[in-house]
Amino acid sequence: MTESIPALELRGISKRFGAVQALSEVDFSVGQGEVVALVGDNGAGKSTLVKVMSGIYEPDEGEYRFGGEVVNVKGPQFAADLGVATVYQDLALADNLDVVGNLFLGHELTSPGPQLDETGMEHRAHELLSTLSTTIPSIRTEVASLSGGQRQQVAIARSLLGDPKVVLLDEPTAALGVPQTRQVLDLILRLKDRGLGVVVITHNMADAFEVADRIHVLYLGRGNGDFQAADATREDVVGAITGLRTNGKASA
Amino acid sequence: MSATAVDVEPLPTSPKDFFRRFTQGEFGSLRVLIILAVIWVIFTIANDRFLTALNLTNLTLQIAATGMISIGVVLVLLLGEIDLSIGIVSGLCAAIMAVLSVKHGWSPVLALIVGILAGTGIGLFQGFIHTKFGIPSFVVTLAGLLGWQGALLWVLGDTGTININDKFIVDLMATFLSDVIGWVIAVALIAVYAVLALRGRMLRVKAGLEAPPVSVIIVRVVAIAIPVIATIWVVNQDRGLPLALVILVGFVVFFDYITQRTRFGRHIYAVGGNEEAARRAGINTGAIRIAVFALASTLAACGGMLAASRLLAVNQSTGGSDLLLLAIAGPVIAGTSLFGGRGRVWSALLGALVIGSISNGMDLLALNSDVKYMVTGAVLLGAVVIDAATSSKRRRAGRV
Repeated sequence: MTESIPALELRGISKRFGAVQALSEVDFSVGQGEVVALVGDNGAGKSTLVKVMSGIYEPDEGEYRFGGEVVNVKGPQFAADLGVATVYQDLALADNLDVVGNLFLGHELTSPGPQLDETGMEHRAHELLSTLSTTIPSIRTEVASLSGGQRQQVAIARSLLGDPKVVLLDEPTAALGVPQTRQVLDLILRLKDRGLGVVVITHNMADAFEVADRIHVLYLGRGNGDFQAADATREDVVGAITGLRTNGKASA
Repeated sequence: MSATAVDVEPLPTSPKDFFRRFTQGEFGSLRVLIILAVIWVIFTIANDRFLTALNLTNLTLQIAATGMISIGVVLVLLLGEIDLSIGIVSGLCAAIMAVLSVKHGWSPVLALIVGILAGTGIGLFQGFIHTKFGIPSFVVTLAGLLGWQGALLWVLGDTGTININDKFIVDLMATFLSDVIGWVIAVALIAVYAVLALRGRMLRVKAGLEAPPVSVIIVRVVAIAIPVIATIWVVNQDRGLPLALVILVGFVVFFDYITQRTRFGRHIYAVGGNEEAARRAGINTGAIRIAVFALASTLAACGGMLAASRLLAVNQSTGGSDLLLLAIAGPVIAGTSLFGGRGRVWSALLGALVIGSISNGMDLLALNSDVKYMVTGAVLLGAVVIDAATSSKRRRAGRV
């Protein structure tokens, strides 16, 4: 499952904002074909860690390794070019455009000249969405008329157009109903089948246990346990999140 | 103009499906056509001169300038912004053209080009201030409305009114193409549309995509052919196809192509729909905004040239009065959203037709401006109420 060299690895990452130590010496990794859930209470540093991975924040200390090589990530575009795609919580879809328009937004195919190659884009969109078995009714539907789960699927599918190695999902099931959460979790498993490394930030323990191979807990900006989902119990993980246990040991 | 661009709204599958989607605000251009039909029926009943070739030809001349300005308004509205300076910019640019050609003896072509470029410059400036300092377009262009009014008075100087008698400028509005040329243009338009539609279908079939059946394409071609043929037939009964109409429709078709079929156009819609999404997708949203404001002022300048050519003069009230408000009301009546991201360039033409028809019909009935303004206001209000009601219905339906 996890290969010897992780697709993306962070070692000893620290990040400080003024007086606030957001992250201190965090180690994190995700392998190819592995789903890692990143959990923690509000303010535990999940978002900061994801922003370090997606290149928005530069860490004060620590190593960013991609495919085993130390890289100096300068900005989100650099991370994206490297093969780290990020799907944000607020989705960033344009409601007034159809599914194809959103999938290719900013990277439209053109031919001939500056004219949009609608046929080519629709063709690729079809291929992509059918290999992902998404539940989107028609790719010419305006995104405004899709359900929350379908919108999330569009957002995730869009991140795959750049052929990433690692996909970061920020709260992909927040505010979704049960069947829609199901659709998104299924999609995450299909990303894993494609050999992608997937990092899922979530508040939802059930989701974490359902899709993740590993569950990585952050507590007050520090790593506080890395559990194999198959072996861990919910109590272990919740204990680590709330700080009742630190690094596997019960604390006072 | 190409077939695939209109596939966004698939054809209804049954009368019931059509009715459901119509009440949910789809087929927006059909709604304005119904409004237009109602207005025409009323005026035809009220005055039998309304539907004559002479009057309808005059109508096309009356709407040319406003329609041209409205094209730029549509672009700005697609961003979810507003440009209050377009009316006065059209007047200022026409004044620049008139002063250069009449007072300074420049060649009219050169004066016209400089006048239009002045519009581009104004738009670039306003767009730059708006994006660079993050000032709402409403305020920037409100300042423009005042400032350019002053510039207009200054450019005109003591004279106040400049009469235009140069043949080139006057001919913009006074040229009528011969019957034969009119028919050639009509046939060419229909043929080009049919070829593009069939070619689009062929490409889709080749790519293994769902393609509309040939019968649907025939329906679409006929739907385009009927108004084109009817227009040419009517204007040929009178003086022939007005050059002004050719210019206006040409601009509409060109900018519809730009917005629907190019990357730039797609990005305008994206910025209007969700600017943050557009920014994250790597689109330079500031550049898109500046370009749109520059285009809007450029088109306003072009409209100003047509207005000057029709009036045969430029004076201190050129570009003032209700021009701005009518140029904005037109596209809104025809379904372009004030909140960005929704609308088509065609709404500039259709909206100008609605407003122009009301004004023209009222004039035929010798009604005063008071009635005219109240009726136009009521139609605008009615159109936006229908739009709001139907789109909230669509939102409810879409979220199920």
